Amino acid sequence: MKNQFLFTFAFGWALAVVFAWGIAVASAAQQQTAPAQQQNAPAGNAANGRKLFVSFGCYQCHGYEAQGGSAGPRLAPRPIAYAQFMKYVRHPTNEMPPFTEKIVKDSELTDIHAFLRAQPVPPDVDKIPLLK
Amino acid sequence: MAKNGSVDRRDFLKSAAVTGAALVGGATGAAAQATPQAPAAVAPASAPVAPRETDPSLEGDIVTTDRPGGDFMVDVLKALNLEYVAANPGSSFRGIHESIINYGNNTAPEFITCCHEESSVAMAHAYSKIEGKPMAVLVHGTVGLQHASMAIYNAYCDRVPLIVLAGNSLDATMRRPGVEWAHSVQDAAAMVRDYIKWDDLPWSLPHFAESTVRAYKIAMTPPMMPVMIVLDGGLQEDPISEEVKPRLRIPKLTLTAPPQGDAGAVAETARLLVNAQNPVIIADRLARTPAGMARLVELAELLQAPVIDQGGRMNFPSQHPLNMSNGGRALLANADVVLGLELTDFWGTVDSFRDSLVRSSRPLTKPGTKLVSITAGDLYMKGNYQDFQRYPEVDIAMAADSEATLPSLIEAVKRAMTADRKTAFEARGKKLAEQHANALDRTRSDAAYAWDASPVSTARLTAELYNVIKNEDWSLVSASGNTSNWERRLWKFDKSYQWAGGSGGAGVGYGAPAAVGGALANKKHGRISVAIQGDGDFMYAPGVWWTAAHHKIPLLAVMHNNRAYHQEVMHVQRMGNRHNRGVTRAHIGTTLEDPFINYAQIVKGMGVYSEGPISNPNELGPAIKRALDVVKKGEPALVDVVTQPR
Repeated sequence: MKNQFLFTFAFGWALAVVFAWGIAVASAAQQQTAPAQQQNAPAGNAANGRKLFVSFGCYQCHGYEAQGGSAGPRLAPRPIAYAQFMKYVRHPTNEMPPFTEKIVKDSELTDIHAFLRAQPVPPDVDKIPLLK
Repeated sequence: MAKNGSVDRRDFLKSAAVTGAALVGGATGAAAQATPQAPAAVAPASAPVAPRETDPSLEGDIVTTDRPGGDFMVDVLKALNLEYVAANPGSSFRGIHESIINYGNNTAPEFITCCHEESSVAMAHAYSKIEGKPMAVLVHGTVGLQHASMAIYNAYCDRVPLIVLAGNSLDATMRRPGVEWAHSVQDAAAMVRDYIKWDDLPWSLPHFAESTVRAYKIAMTPPMMPVMIVLDGGLQEDPISEEVKPRLRIPKLTLTAPPQGDAGAVAETARLLVNAQNPVIIADRLARTPAGMARLVELAELLQAPVIDQGGRMNFPSQHPLNMSNGGRALLANADVVLGLELTDFWGTVDSFRDSLVRSSRPLTKPGTKLVSITAGDLYMKGNYQDFQRYPEVDIAMAADSEATLPSLIEAVKRAMTADRKTAFEARGKKLAEQHANALDRTRSDAAYAWDASPVSTARLTAELYNVIKNEDWSLVSASGNTSNWERRLWKFDKSYQWAGGSGGAGVGYGAPAAVGGALANKKHGRISVAIQGDGDFMYAPGVWWTAAHHKIPLLAVMHNNRAYHQEVMHVQRMGNRHNRGVTRAHIGTTLEDPFINYAQIVKGMGVYSEGPISNPNELGPAIKRALDVVKKGEPALVDVVTQPR
């Protein structure tokens, strides 16, 4: 059964990775929410948000630093606006599984959003010799 | 009786069989005179009782032979230029085993000692994709073949030729009591016949020669697949009889020319491509040989059309300006013609599928988009295993080999081209080149995220590895686990042997043996074989690392050690959320922790140089460099890296 699951995912990935990558790039671009739009977001507790990001398994698709990957788009450092974030997590429209109020409280999501906002911007790519 | 005074076991068997039959007849006659219901063992003492069958004593008789059937089998394998035969030793093929190492001098084929039949087959699988020809595998009767079966299925799904030689013992009266019975079977190939292309059970050595040459030919005819020959123990071990000797010959091998697409369909496809505003070419298991990539480049450049390489083979240079593998969905949304070359899943390529409580799908192309498929897969399909995917509703379907069809398609495109269209193509090409460059820049920027993170990001892992090997003649022989495809996005692939695709059937456990098999193929070419090794995959049959050490197969592997069957974590999370129970227990049954596995220590115990586990990204580059130095001396090396999930 495990291999069957793997087949579904891995095979889907193998075939669609190029597309998934396209999505990840597009989604990442869409998530570059300007700081002004984040002003209405509650402060939240970023440190607790980081812990919740792990305990709720968000990192499994989005990475420990919310940097994104083939299974889920980049979420940080400039996440989608708070209201949009709260809505999407409850009712995702893509492959992401839904997280209902029973599973994650609003206050916990607020902390996770704070963690995403608090993530540092990456180093300048031109200053990374391996990526030149 | 053979010359040299050696016993001819076959002649002996013949006489024994005649004697036996006579005895049976006698017994029947005796039984007919006795009470029908009475067992023979309690026949009346006065009745003539046939003596219980016994083998004649060989004491004092001739007990050797200098020309067993296995020797001729080796002649056949040599004639087919099979370089290696991978195997975990088994008594059902002890005859040919001995012939390979002594009569054949353990050269072409050389016996590669494996610790699991799954490893033997996966090694042959990857070897075939790098070297372009089959490798042989010997599997023990019944249990060996059962071990091998998943890997054979992978090769079948991946349309890869390999020769499986399975031991068996047909003559029940000659089997050793006990284990040999448990490892014998009436129809050995039955257990894998659903996912091999052809099999035979030769009854004589001439039959073996003819069937093995035929098997090779069938395996190499697109769609390529594994084939199997069952080797009877007696045929391997018995002396070659005087009666058979004059009939021993090895038939000439003439490979079948791959089937090309129908001329009319090719012309119509060319017309569609030339007139299209936004054609898209997608390739999966296209390039069987280096010519496949060259031909695809020629077609793409002729049309200035974007190419999406799905990665089943090394189809298209990764940094060619027309390589648009990173922008698949946008391309498909605007496409008016899609040409699919050996696609594993045409439907899944042009449709999206959502795995939610209510499963749904939608087309990714606009209405009216013309879909053209060229695939040898249409020539040979079986019903039981469902790797053939959903039915694609295409407009032109050519049951043909894409690589063989491309030359005629290229010529047809040239004929259909006009000056106006050529001008339009050039403009399109410039636009695509710009998009390609922008996409590459975005990829590099994206790789910078989590650059200094610990666990190490998969982007950093692949960038550090590439930095060490990029000036070598390298070949990425295996990439198991999921690194978000960073290597294909960041590295410059432009040689046919630099990428060997995946497992085919997604049967986990392929990655490690495939890496060793690919490296075995690269060894004589002096290439630096590299692998990105998933941790879950590694644990299926890690013994293949001993094989690499024992046979001095140079291989540089970095462990993508995310300490989980990560994909399964996501699946269980998906279920937990879908059932509104949360994900906090999704690690149960899906993670490899408590205790963590020390992969460096495991391979070290098998004589392999290793480093790690490494969690600090800054330590990674120097560790890989030290490992490369070992590999350059002709040995395997592994660097264990604790990584982000993907």
